Amino acid sequence: MTTTVLPTKPWKASKKDRAIDLSIFLFSLLASYLVVEVSAMKGKLALFAMFFLIYMSLTASLKGITRGSAAAKDAVVSSLVAIGAVATVIPIASILLTVLQKGLPGIKLSVFTTDMSLATPTDPLTNGGLLHAITGTLILVALALMMSVPIGILTALYLTEIKGRFTGPIRFLVQAMSGVPSIVAGLFILSAILYPITKSFSGFMGALALTILMIPTVARTSEEVLNLIPNDLREAGVALGGTQWRTVAMIVLPAAKSGLITAIILGVARIAGETAPLLLLTGGGDKVNPNAFNGPMGSLPYYIWKSFNAGSPEAITRAWAGLLVLVGLVLILFTSARYLGSRKSAN
Amino acid sequence: MVPTPREIKTVPRRSDKVFRAVVTLGGLSSLAILGLISIFLGYRGFEVLLQEGLGFITNSEWSVTTDEVGNVLESNFGLAAMLVGTILCAIVAVVIALPVSVFSALFLNFYAPGWLKKFLVAIIDMMAAFPSILFGIWGFLVLMPSAEYWAKLIHRYLGWIPIFDLQVPVYTRSPFIAGVVLAIMIIPIITSVSREVFSQAPLDRIQAAYALGATRWAMIKAVVIPHGRNGVIGGAMLGLGRAMGETVAVFTVLNIVFQVNWQILLGAGGNVASLIILKFGEANPYEIKALMAAGLVLFLLTLAVNASANVIVKRTGKSGR
Repeated sequence: MTTTVLPTKPWKASKKDRAIDLSIFLFSLLASYLVVEVSAMKGKLALFAMFFLIYMSLTASLKGITRGSAAAKDAVVSSLVAIGAVATVIPIASILLTVLQKGLPGIKLSVFTTDMSLATPTDPLTNGGLLHAITGTLILVALALMMSVPIGILTALYLTEIKGRFTGPIRFLVQAMSGVPSIVAGLFILSAILYPITKSFSGFMGALALTILMIPTVARTSEEVLNLIPNDLREAGVALGGTQWRTVAMIVLPAAKSGLITAIILGVARIAGETAPLLLLTGGGDKVNPNAFNGPMGSLPYYIWKSFNAGSPEAITRAWAGLLVLVGLVLILFTSARYLGSRKSAN
Repeated sequence: MVPTPREIKTVPRRSDKVFRAVVTLGGLSSLAILGLISIFLGYRGFEVLLQEGLGFITNSEWSVTTDEVGNVLESNFGLAAMLVGTILCAIVAVVIALPVSVFSALFLNFYAPGWLKKFLVAIIDMMAAFPSILFGIWGFLVLMPSAEYWAKLIHRYLGWIPIFDLQVPVYTRSPFIAGVVLAIMIIPIITSVSREVFSQAPLDRIQAAYALGATRWAMIKAVVIPHGRNGVIGGAMLGLGRAMGETVAVFTVLNIVFQVNWQILLGAGGNVASLIILKFGEANPYEIKALMAAGLVLFLLTLAVNASANVIVKRTGKSGR
C-alpha cells in the first residue's frame, strides 16, 4: 500500500481563514447598517464610510493579534487598496446605468429616420430625431480619418523606421500635442482658416480640428505597434534585396496591420464625442447636410449640447438619448479595438 | 597583381529617397501644427495682449462696450479669475484623483486575481475614451446633489480651514463639484500611467522582499513605491494638464463668475476654456481676439504642464535603485 503525501500550501487561505474573512465582512456590513440606522449620520456615503472603517479596524486588529503589527499594517493597506478600486469603478457603473436608464425612453425608430429641421428640442419626443446628428458625426469622423491617418502613421514610421535627426523632438512634440486642449484646437482652426479664408461655419472646419486631436493618438499607438514588429523581418526584407520602401510597404505594414487598425479605432473613439471644437466651428445645423464644405453641419455632441441647454424635460430626454447613441458608438469602437488588439497578441 | 577591392557604396534608390522624404515630411507635420497653433493664436491675440499688457493675467474684469455701429469704445480683458479658477479646479481634481488612482493601480497590479484585473483594466481604459460631455451632463444631473451634500459636510467639519470657509451658503456649481467631476475624468489616466510604472518594478527585488518575509505592504513600500514615485508624479501631472484644458464638462457644472475666488466650496468659479465657450457666441471681432489670446495662455499653460509630465515619466525607468 502506498501513501501519497499531499503537498502543503501554507500560503493559501485555509477554509477556516476564508470563513473568518467572510464573517468579518458580513459582520461589518451589518454593524455599519445598524450604526447608520441608529446614529444621526444618514446616506450612502455614511454607510460606505462606516462599513469601510469597521471592516478595516476589525481585520487589522485580528491580524495584529494573531500575527503582529506588520500584518496589521498590511491588512489596513489591503482594505485601502480595495476601496481605491471600488471608488474607481463606481462612477463608471453609475454613468453607464444612468445613460441606459434615461436614454432608452428617448430611443425610437423615428429617431433614426428624421432630423430636427421641423422640430425644436422642447417638442414632444415624437417630433424630430437624430438623423442629421448621426450622419454629421459620421461625415466628420470620416473626414478626420482621411486626414489624420496618413499623417499619424507617417509620423510613427518616421519614429520607428527612419529614426532620423528629429526623432527625439518629434516624439516629444507628439506627446505634448496629445495634451492640447480640444478648445485650443478649435480656436486655432478658427483663427488660421475659418476667419481669414472660408469665413463660414462648415463641417470641414470641425473635421480639421478633430484631425489635430486625433493625430497624436494614432501616431503614439502606431509607434508602439511598429516597435513590436521584430527587426528580423526588416533585416530579412533588406537582405532579399528589397529597398527600404518595399520592405516597409510589403513586410512591416502588413505585419502590423491589425495593430494599426486598433490605433485608428482608438483615435476615432477619442474624437467621436469631442464637443468644444464643434461648438466653435461647425455651426450645428438641424437639417441633414451631406456637404461638409458648405453650410452648417449637425453632430451628436452638438445635438446633445443644444438639447441639454434647452432645459425642458423632453429636451433633457433627447440629450440622454443622444448620449446613449454616442456612448454606444464609443463602446462598439472600443470593443472592436480591444478585440483586434488581443487577437494580435494571441498570434 | 592584387585586385583593388570594390568600393562599397550605399546610395539609396530614388524610390527610397522619395519614401524617406515623404515620411520625414509627415513626421515633421506635428512640429508644424504645434508651431502654427502658437503663431496664429499669438498673431490674432497680439493686439489685445499689447493693449492689456500684464493686466491680461492680473486683472479679472471681462467687459467690452461698443457704440451702435460696433466700434469698441472701452474694453477690459483680464484672465486672473479664470486662471485662478482653472488651477483651483484642476488641483482639487488631482488631490482627489491621485490617491484613488494610486490605490487602484496597486490593487490591479498586486492584489486582484487575473480575471478581475483583465476586466477592470478594460473598463478603466474604456472610461478614458468616454466623451467629456457625458461627464458634464452626468455630473450636473446625477452627481451634483450628492456632491453638494459632501460640500456641506466638509464645510461643517473642516470650515475652520480658510479654503473650506464660506460666507454665503451657496454650494451649487462650485469649483469643488467641478473638481470632483474632473477627478472622475482623470482617474483612468493616472491609474493607467501608475499601473504601467508599477508593473515595471523589478521582479527580482519583489521576490527578494517576499523571500525576506515581507508582507505585501512592506514589499510595496520597499520596492514598488521607490521605483514608481516619479512615474506616478508624472501621471498626476498629465491628469492636471487634462483637467486644465477640459472645456465642456467644466462649463456644464461650474458657475462662472468674473471675480477671483479662492473658496472652493462657494458656487462661483472660473475656467479659461469655459470662458471661451461662454463668450464666443455673442462676441464682437475685438472680443474674439481677446478670446484667442486667452486660448494662447491656456495652450502654453497646458503645454508646459504636459511637457514636464512627459519628462518626469520618461526619467522613471532609469531611477530604480
